[in-house]
Amino acid sequence: MASRDLLSLLETKEIIITCGPGGVGKTTTAAAAAAITAAREGGRVLVLTVDPARRLADALGVAGIGNDVVAVDPALFAEAGMEARGSLSAAMLDTKKSWDELIARHAPSEKTRDRILSNPLYTSLTTRFVQSHDYIAMERLYELHATGEWDLIVVDTPPTRNALDFLDAPARMADFFSSRLLRWLIMPSRSGFLGIASKGFAQVADRILGRQFLADITEFFGSLESMYEGFVERSQAVRRLLSDERTAFVVVSSSELVPLREATFFVEQLATRNFLLACVVLNRVLPRSLADSSATEASLKISQDSDHLAEQLGAELKVDVNVAKRVLATMGESFTDLSVIAHREAAARANFSLGSASMVEVPLFDEDIHDLRGLLRLGEFLIAKD
Amino acid sequence: MIGPVLTGRRLLFVTGKGGVGKTTVAAGLALMLAEQSKTVLACEIDAKGDLSAAYEIPPVGFDPVKVTSSLSVMAMDTEASLREYLRLNLKIPIMGRIGPLAAAFDFVATAAPGVREILTVGKICWEVRERHYDVVVVDAPASGHIISQLAAPDAIAELVRIGPIRNQSQWMAEILNNPQATGVVVATTAEEMPIAETIELTQRLEQETSVEVAGIVVNRVLPERFGPREAAAFAELNSDTHRAWIDEHLPEGAPAVLEATRLATQLRRHRSRHLDVLRREMDPSVPLYYLPELFTRAEGLRMTRQVATHLAEELG
Repeated sequence: MASRDLLSLLETKEIIITCGPGGVGKTTTAAAAAAITAAREGGRVLVLTVDPARRLADALGVAGIGNDVVAVDPALFAEAGMEARGSLSAAMLDTKKSWDELIARHAPSEKTRDRILSNPLYTSLTTRFVQSHDYIAMERLYELHATGEWDLIVVDTPPTRNALDFLDAPARMADFFSSRLLRWLIMPSRSGFLGIASKGFAQVADRILGRQFLADITEFFGSLESMYEGFVERSQAVRRLLSDERTAFVVVSSSELVPLREATFFVEQLATRNFLLACVVLNRVLPRSLADSSATEASLKISQDSDHLAEQLGAELKVDVNVAKRVLATMGESFTDLSVIAHREAAARANFSLGSASMVEVPLFDEDIHDLRGLLRLGEFLIAKD
Repeated sequence: MIGPVLTGRRLLFVTGKGGVGKTTVAAGLALMLAEQSKTVLACEIDAKGDLSAAYEIPPVGFDPVKVTSSLSVMAMDTEASLREYLRLNLKIPIMGRIGPLAAAFDFVATAAPGVREILTVGKICWEVRERHYDVVVVDAPASGHIISQLAAPDAIAELVRIGPIRNQSQWMAEILNNPQATGVVVATTAEEMPIAETIELTQRLEQETSVEVAGIVVNRVLPERFGPREAAAFAELNSDTHRAWIDEHLPEGAPAVLEATRLATQLRRHRSRHLDVLRREMDPSVPLYYLPELFTRAEGLRMTRQVATHLAEELG
C-alpha cells in the first residue's frame, strides 16, 4: 500500500477534506495544511471553509472574504520567513449566494428563476436553516474543482455530525428530487388542487401546517420541477467526486476522550461510505516527557526535598528562601497536574482505532495561531516525517 | 439582564463552541439544580450520547430515564416528538401505525424549513408549560445552530399564517422570550476562538432572537500558580544562565518538570488575556461564572460531580 502520510497526500491528491469534532483546531489545520503545501511544494492551493462560523479569515489574516476566491498576499509568506514556491488562495461559503447562483444556472427561464428566488420559503430555506449549508458546500467544491484552476483544494467542514450530513447531502439531494413523495406533492400545482394521491398526506399536513403554507410549498417545488434532472445529475457527479481516488479525508481531533469518541465515530462512518480516510491528525498533544518516569521522580524530589533545595536555589537565584520554596512546590504541582491530563489522554489515544490511516501528532502550542507564521509552524508539524 | 439569576429560571439552554465542555457544564448544572431539591429534566439535543456518558448511564432515548430521584435525562428525537405532538394536540393516534410516517416526516422536515427546530423546541417548551419538572436544562447545539432553534417559533409564525402550528409557535415564543422563565447559558473556555465566538453569539442572540443570555460559564480556568516574585524567580531559573546549576543540583528528569511548569504558566497567561477581552466586550449585566480546569483521572460522573460542586459555589 502506498504511504498515506499527510505530506504524500498533500503532494498527490486534488481534494483533501478535513473533518472531525468541533473545537479541535480543524479549520486551523486545514488552513495550515494548505499554507505549508503552497509554501513547500508549490502549485496553486486553495483552502475552502464551509463552516458557518467564520474563523478562517481570522486565522489567515484575510479579512472579510466572501463567496469569491481571494488570493493570500505572497508578501505575507515572506513576512512569515518563508518564500512561497506556489500560491495560496482562500474562499468561504456564502450559502445564500451559492444557492442563488445554482438556481440561476439550472433555471430554464428567467421567469422561473425569479419565481423561485422570490418565494418566501426559498429565502427562509437558504438563509435561516443550517441544513442548507450541507448540499451547497459540496456543490461549491465540485464547481471549484471543475475549473481546473487548483492543484489542491483543502476543504474544512462543520463539526462531526453536521459534516456527516454534508457527506450524505449529494445522495440525499438526488433521492429527494426523484422521490415519489415529491411527485405526489407537486401534482396539485399542475391540476390546481390537491391531487388524489396526496390526499391522505395533505390532510395530515394541512391540519398541522395550514393550507396556505402547504400551497407555498407546493408552488415552490412546482417551480423547481423543471430543474430536477439538472439537480439529480449534478448531485450524482458531486458524490462521485467525493469517492474518487483523487479525494482523501483527514480526521482531525484532540486527545481528549469526548472528541476522540466522536473521531472514532467519524472513522467508522467514512469506512461505511467507502470514502478514503487517509490520515488522522491529533492536535494539542501534551509533551511526551510528562509521562516520563524520570521526570515524575524528579517532580517528587523537587517538591519533597524542597527545604534543602530551596536554600540552594535561593542562593543561586539570589531570592528569599521562601520564594524559592514556593517556586519548587509549584513546579511539582504543575508537573503533576499536567501529567494527570497527559496520562488520561494517552489512555484515550491507546483505545482509539485508526483503521488503515496514518496518524500525525501535533504538540500543544503555548501560543494562539493568528497569522500565517503560526499556520506555517503548524504546517511543518503536519508534514514532518517521524 | 432583566431576568433572575440563572438558578431562578425554569428553562436553561446551555450552548457554546464545540470542545469547550458544553455537555459537561449542562450535566453539572442539571445535577447541581437536582441536588438543590428541584426536579430537573436534562435534555440532549443532538443525541450523540455525550450527556448519558456524563452521568455514566447507557444512551437514553426520547423517554426520560431517572439518574437520581430528582434528575431525569432524555435525548431529543424529532420524529418521536412529532408523534407525541400529533397524539396529544391533534388527537391523531393512528399516525404511529402508518408505515410511511418516517418517509413523510423526512419529506416535510426537508421541505418545510424549521419543522425539525420547532419540534425540538416545542417538546422542550411543552415540558416547561406542563410543569412536569421544576427546571429543564437543555444540552443545546453548538453556537451557530442554536440561533435557528431559538428563532424557529418566530420564523414559523412568519411563514405559516394560520393553523395550529402558528398557535403553537405563539405560546412557545411566549415561554422562550420571557426572561423570568428562560435563559441561555453560554459555555466557553478562556481561549481565543471560543471567546470570539461567545461574543459573536451573544450579539446574535440579542439581534436575531428575543431570548435572554442568563450567564457565561468560563470552563477550564487554569490556576494562578505564581505570585509576581515567584514568577520572576522561575523565569530567571528557566533562562540559560542557570543550566549548569540545574544539571548539578536538580534530579535527572528536572528539565521536563521545568518545561511543564513553563507550559502551565504560559497557558494561564494567555488565557487570562482572553478573559480580559471577554470582560471588556460583554454587557456588564451578564454574569460570568468560572469553573477551574479539573486535573481528574477520568471523565464521566466524577467530573460531572466536581463541576456541579464548583457551580454551586459560583452560583452561591
